[in-house]
Amino acid sequence: MRDQITEFSYLAASVLFILGLKSLTHPDRARRGMQQAAVGMLLAVCGTLLKHSIIDYRWIFIGLVLGVLIGYPLGMWVPTTALPQRIAASLSFGALASTLVGISEYHAVYHGGEGTIAPARMAALGFEVLLGALTVTGALMAFGKLQELLPSRPITYRGQNLVNIALFGVGVVLLVTCIASPASAWAFYSMIGVAAIVGVLMVIPIGGADMPVVVALLNSYCGLAASATGFALGNSILIICGALDGASGFLLSILMSKAMNRSFANVLFGAFGGTQPAAASGGGTALPVRAISAEDAAIQLAYAQRVIIIPGYGMAVAQAQHTVRELAELIERRGGEVKYAIHPVAGRMPGHMNVLLAEANVPYDRLYDMDEINGEFPQTDVALVIGANDVVNPAAREDPSSPIYGMPILDADKAKHVIVLKRGMAAGFAGIENVLFHAPATSMLFGDAKSSLTKLVSEVKSA
Amino acid sequence: MLILELYVFVLAAFVGYMVITKVPPLLHTPLMSATNAISGISLVGSMVAAGSRHGSLATALGFIAVVCATTNIVGGFLITDRMLKMFRAKDSHAAPAKKG
Repeated sequence: MRDQITEFSYLAASVLFILGLKSLTHPDRARRGMQQAAVGMLLAVCGTLLKHSIIDYRWIFIGLVLGVLIGYPLGMWVPTTALPQRIAASLSFGALASTLVGISEYHAVYHGGEGTIAPARMAALGFEVLLGALTVTGALMAFGKLQELLPSRPITYRGQNLVNIALFGVGVVLLVTCIASPASAWAFYSMIGVAAIVGVLMVIPIGGADMPVVVALLNSYCGLAASATGFALGNSILIICGALDGASGFLLSILMSKAMNRSFANVLFGAFGGTQPAAASGGGTALPVRAISAEDAAIQLAYAQRVIIIPGYGMAVAQAQHTVRELAELIERRGGEVKYAIHPVAGRMPGHMNVLLAEANVPYDRLYDMDEINGEFPQTDVALVIGANDVVNPAAREDPSSPIYGMPILDADKAKHVIVLKRGMAAGFAGIENVLFHAPATSMLFGDAKSSLTKLVSEVKSA
Repeated sequence: MLILELYVFVLAAFVGYMVITKVPPLLHTPLMSATNAISGISLVGSMVAAGSRHGSLATALGFIAVVCATTNIVGGFLITDRMLKMFRAKDSHAAPAKKG
């Protein structure tokens, strides 16, 4: 009877989770749906407490209380600007939980003297700790890069890919050894060690601009590890939730790679822009650049009928989203129309710009995806580029020799005027010269994005 | 038994894929934090590991796992809710231009 209640709570929770994810297809319904999913989670936890195999509740309750105490501030107090690293950290936590459960399982069988593990279950356990350990360290590295504890430029050395592939091969061999003879504890534990090292080495050569793909990919691994836990424990809800998480991460990483016109393999092994930044920024300074003062830029904006704002990572760094909204409202009050064009890989995680602008009270129906808005640039008076670079580089469309050739971009260069807010003339993250900055219709407003915007706001007010 | 579990996995992944393709890029960050919170369901396995008395190491590992998973669930659902609360269509200054 008790077991049936547990199973029923799992079934209810699974349905609520899927409905919760489905609610995310529309912003108006999303909040309600996710609250229902949270209720589902509570049901599943209560259902688990009824399990016969749980004899001792002390550590469970202490753990739950401690988790709530740590989780609450992580949920309520982390600023939206720190969201990418917050997500990376939680991926690491999630994967750690899966890995530890796997080790605990293995240890309980081979040191508690309960016989052996069947090959199928051992395979599940193996995948669980392999993917888990890899995600723990990989997500930690991503966290370090996003938090800027580690250099966000790619860290590369010669023969890097060979070393990574060789290590991964060792991991797979150890996994096979484990499945063939589950009792060989040395193989099990060294597999965890190797996977942890692979996680570090895999993320280190990946640059900050490629982080959206990596975060999405780690999300997928984290889900697959949870799913493997479900296989090892024979627990359907774990399999279901892991599969949902895995599918979501996989889909997001495909979307992100597509938005960069690159394959997974290229993101993971390419170490984009790691080799030539110093040379590139030194060579291409001969092209003309037209600087503009805040006053002149403000006049253009004040009398513009149609304005499209293109935010990039620079806006996030300067935390300028509130000032952007203020400027947009001023232009609208003067009768202009303002839209926002969001490139799928702008920022450091999928949907980064959308969240920042939503936080600044920009209505979401003003935020447009690349495909929706690209046709509107030719009728646009001013395209205002704020801290974005590679996603508006026309070389991606026109110059087959460019490393970003083929990447879908926002056609800012087709607008009548382009104003670019930028710190200085340094090349973008990928170390690629941006043709847009030298185009005749482009004016550059140099300086920190936030202070430039503040100046624009006061100038537009008085215009 | 294994084949049944594979059924569950494949069908769940399929449902997940179908549902998630419909999530607009607008909500991709909340989607990530939501799936993250949901995958905190590994708490279910952690609780069993922490409470089954299979020796002190197994209990200790289970305990840490319970803390990690609970942190993810609580933090994940809260931050998702906080984000979703921010997405509003209402515009006080101009007539809202509804998009498809």
